[in-house]
Amino acid sequence: MSTTDRVRTDRSRTDSRLSGALRGLTGLVRRKPRETPIVPRSSIAGSALIAVVAIMTFLASLTTGAVVLVVGAAAEWQSDVSREVTVQVRPMAGRDLDVDVVRAVEIVRAAPGVASVRAQDKAESARLLEPWLGSGLSLESLPVPRLIVVQVTPGRPPDFAALKTRLAVEVPGATLDDHRGFSRRLRAMADTAVAVGLAILGLVMAATVLSVAFATRGAMATNRPTVEVLHFIGAKDAYVAGQFMRHFLFLGLQGGSIGGGAAVVLFLLLGLAGGRLFGLGGADAAALFGGAALGIGGYLVLLVQVALVGLVTALTSRRVVKATLKAVG
Amino acid sequence: MVRFENVGLRYGLGPEVLRDLSFRIEPHSFQFLTGPSGAGKTSLLRLLFLSLRPTRGLITLFDHDVATLDKDALAVLRRRIGIVFQDFRLLDHMSTYENVSLPLRVLGREEESYRHEVEELLHWVGLGERMTALPPVLSGGEKQRAAIARAVIARPQLLLADEPTGNVDPNLAKRLLRLFIELNKSGTSVVIATHDIGLMDQYDARRLVLHEGRIHVYD
Repeated sequence: MSTTDRVRTDRSRTDSRLSGALRGLTGLVRRKPRETPIVPRSSIAGSALIAVVAIMTFLASLTTGAVVLVVGAAAEWQSDVSREVTVQVRPMAGRDLDVDVVRAVEIVRAAPGVASVRAQDKAESARLLEPWLGSGLSLESLPVPRLIVVQVTPGRPPDFAALKTRLAVEVPGATLDDHRGFSRRLRAMADTAVAVGLAILGLVMAATVLSVAFATRGAMATNRPTVEVLHFIGAKDAYVAGQFMRHFLFLGLQGGSIGGGAAVVLFLLLGLAGGRLFGLGGADAAALFGGAALGIGGYLVLLVQVALVGLVTALTSRRVVKATLKAVG
Repeated sequence: MVRFENVGLRYGLGPEVLRDLSFRIEPHSFQFLTGPSGAGKTSLLRLLFLSLRPTRGLITLFDHDVATLDKDALAVLRRRIGIVFQDFRLLDHMSTYENVSLPLRVLGREEESYRHEVEELLHWVGLGERMTALPPVLSGGEKQRAAIARAVIARPQLLLADEPTGNVDPNLAKRLLRLFIELNKSGTSVVIATHDIGLMDQYDARRLVLHEGRIHVYD
């Protein structure tokens, strides 16, 4: 068999498996409520599995919510940081600092992409140093640099490299800090948080899949006579698997809704409480975490996660049943 | 319809329980499968309804060599065979009506399309008043009739029955035999596994006798 044929065969097998699973799922919706389930609900250790799935979904939702919060906060920080750059003018021997500041302001203001420029005066510089040097300080006797705060036009930042070069040539004591290092560290921190979150989600999902697999095997052992009868009357493995999948989909959705619902309530309470938890003031917490409220997008992610848990539960049971039937032969 | 050629069967590494079986089951035929206990009647029935594969020989069912069929194809083939178990194998959580209609449900048919059919068959086997009863409250005879109704509801071409009169009194056994004869007249090939000589003496039919793993056919 050529490689192309093999790829085609593999793809057609995958398509057929997928369409089988989809047929099974649509069959669940089509079943009339008056029909007695072929696999009795009471034969499946439902409450224990619902509890496990609920706990797993709660943990997964907490993780997802935390990741959404961190990513949102990091994006906000980055946006704030990238909207503003700073020019620092250091005093140099033989140069007038005030003249250098004025010249630096002119150079920066002339650059395209700069929305506003404001040089901090001596009093502001003194206030910045107050926590370390105390009040009533005379800056005349100290070589204190001066800061120029530059607001950048959003989406159209200036050419920082050209600006740095021009400042270095015309104002030797001036340096431009575009906060890129800080921004990079923020992004790295957010990426790490997402990676850790995804790893935890993976572990939680793996634990859910294993729990469902064990429960499915138990249910199959309990329903062995039913499975035998189904085979004797001509049911295919996919049909038998569908009977189990039906139950596990609803169990998964039930457990997922309980766990996901509890997480949603927790995030709502956190959002209402703001940052007053953990001993932080509301403003401090908002500055750190960008607000504890998830937002509509975050809650939608949690809802999708509940549906995903139901789907994973159903498909796991279907796969376990089919694998077991195949092994039994 | 069914052809066995030099079929042998052993379980694991044990001795052959069935040896060199060669026989045919023709369409519209009626036969008893008999022999002493432990002769291999149930094993032969399991070969016939494809729950076992032979360790040697050739089995052809409805013109298909069963050795070449995959699981799904075997399932489709099994829909043309009705089977009545000695222990009935009804599903206890489903009503008599639901047990009998199960093969049609598995075929994916809508309930509206078969409700009348199932009710008519249940009346015919004398279970018209017991449709909603669950198997645990049915008598042995009622269970047997429900199992037979389930086996024939999808109009199989071949009906296999394992000791169908083993748990019932002689009168009911006679009624059940009449039921099988009627089914045969309507076109179904019937194989009844039994060691009840009295039952076999009531109807002149072909006999397949198993003895020490070999089959002897008396037409």
